[in-house]
Amino acid sequence: MIGIIDYGMGNLHSVSKALERLDLSYVLTEDTEELAKADGLILPGVGSFHDAMNILKEKKQVDFIKQWVADGKPLLGICLGMQLLFDGSEENGDTEGLGFLPGYARLFPGKSEKDVSYKVPHMGWNKLQFKQPDHAMLTNIEEGHVYFVHSYVMRTDAKDILLATADYFGEVPAIVGKKNVIGTQFHPEKSSRIGMQLLENFGKMVAEGRNINE
Amino acid sequence: MITKRIIPCLDVKEGRVVKGVQFVGLRDAGDPVELSTFYDEQGADELVFLDISASHEGRKTMVEVVKEVAGTLAIPFTVGGGIHSVDDMRTILRAGADKVSLNTAAVKRPELIREGADYFGVQCMVVAIDAKYDEELGSWRIYTHGGRTPTDWEVTDWAKEVVRRGAGEILLTSMDQDGAKNGFDMGLTETVNNAVSVPVIASGGAGAKEDFVDVFEKTRADAALAASIFHYKETSVEEVKKYLREKGVRVR
Repeated sequence: MIGIIDYGMGNLHSVSKALERLDLSYVLTEDTEELAKADGLILPGVGSFHDAMNILKEKKQVDFIKQWVADGKPLLGICLGMQLLFDGSEENGDTEGLGFLPGYARLFPGKSEKDVSYKVPHMGWNKLQFKQPDHAMLTNIEEGHVYFVHSYVMRTDAKDILLATADYFGEVPAIVGKKNVIGTQFHPEKSSRIGMQLLENFGKMVAEGRNINE
Repeated sequence: MITKRIIPCLDVKEGRVVKGVQFVGLRDAGDPVELSTFYDEQGADELVFLDISASHEGRKTMVEVVKEVAGTLAIPFTVGGGIHSVDDMRTILRAGADKVSLNTAAVKRPELIREGADYFGVQCMVVAIDAKYDEELGSWRIYTHGGRTPTDWEVTDWAKEVVRRGAGEILLTSMDQDGAKNGFDMGLTETVNNAVSVPVIASGGAGAKEDFVDVFEKTRADAALAASIFHYKETSVEEVKKYLREKGVRVR
């Protein structure tokens, strides 16, 4: 069973509906005792990094998630949920994240190195480029288009955590992973067939109870 | 790189799609769920639902429609019409919509955009702008109430204002071109694109697949929205995207 962490942020309905379509059982709750019974966790989220961390702290979910990861159980962060897995973000004032992955979220500058101005947020369908095509998360997926919507982008020097990237006036980490911690910057639940396959792949890892990258 | 989006728009009244959709092979052409699945399969990148219900019951029905659509659709969708408060936004977003679109309510009380953006994030906040060229103004004037009521706002001023207040995207409809079927309004679309840094959806005037190539080649529009051209099968989403691809416009 998959536990979807409800912390009042984000479109939980579409994530849970996507799991229903895949016939994956889930529980959607903020109650960590209930979540503890799950085999894998999803941390969804839209909204601001600062607010999200505050709510996670208020609801005493931070320690729970940290213990979960330390126990080697699978965790999938989606969109803001992915950014929360990193060291921190400059959104609404510098805020510390969960710290599972090295990197920091920065506002898209809106101007490229060649001084071309571009739209922020990065909104719409962009193409995946695989960095680790053999990774279990990418099973049965081709380098197709997925749906992004975000104004802050992860900056990281740790190339080994990049499973797939997209190009938006520079490299955008699209799927990241380190052992049992996985994140997607885009919304798999809104990314048509590829997104559904990704969720299915995560479901498979959860069912098999194995650590990612092992 | 990011692709250009093609967005069919569905008008929903009391839970039913109106404007006489003419599809063969659909069991129920007025069913929003069935139609949205059809467009999804055709390769639509997003959908917009405009609730034109006049009654309170109609609005409630819309929430049920949103829930059903969210349960079947694996692409993003926006809901507009009848959203006047943060509570209205919450109801629609919690039902499963990805974005809400404000129009008249934003002009009446622009703070509403910021209230929504603070709560749900700018990516959820679309502001729909209906604009019509005004000789006296020498530019485009903003209208509300489905294009019936003129305002004092000039289009670039208003576009900048809504972005400053937290709009993450602008759905820009040319009232001059709407229904004319001879192409999008390039002047209006580019004017607004030059004024703001958020994505702009061009709307009003699509009459043929060539119009979509035009708007993406001649303006910086990020997406193009159309209704009747798709509903009446004058062309299809599939055909439009194939044509865009042939012409070198990046699409999914």
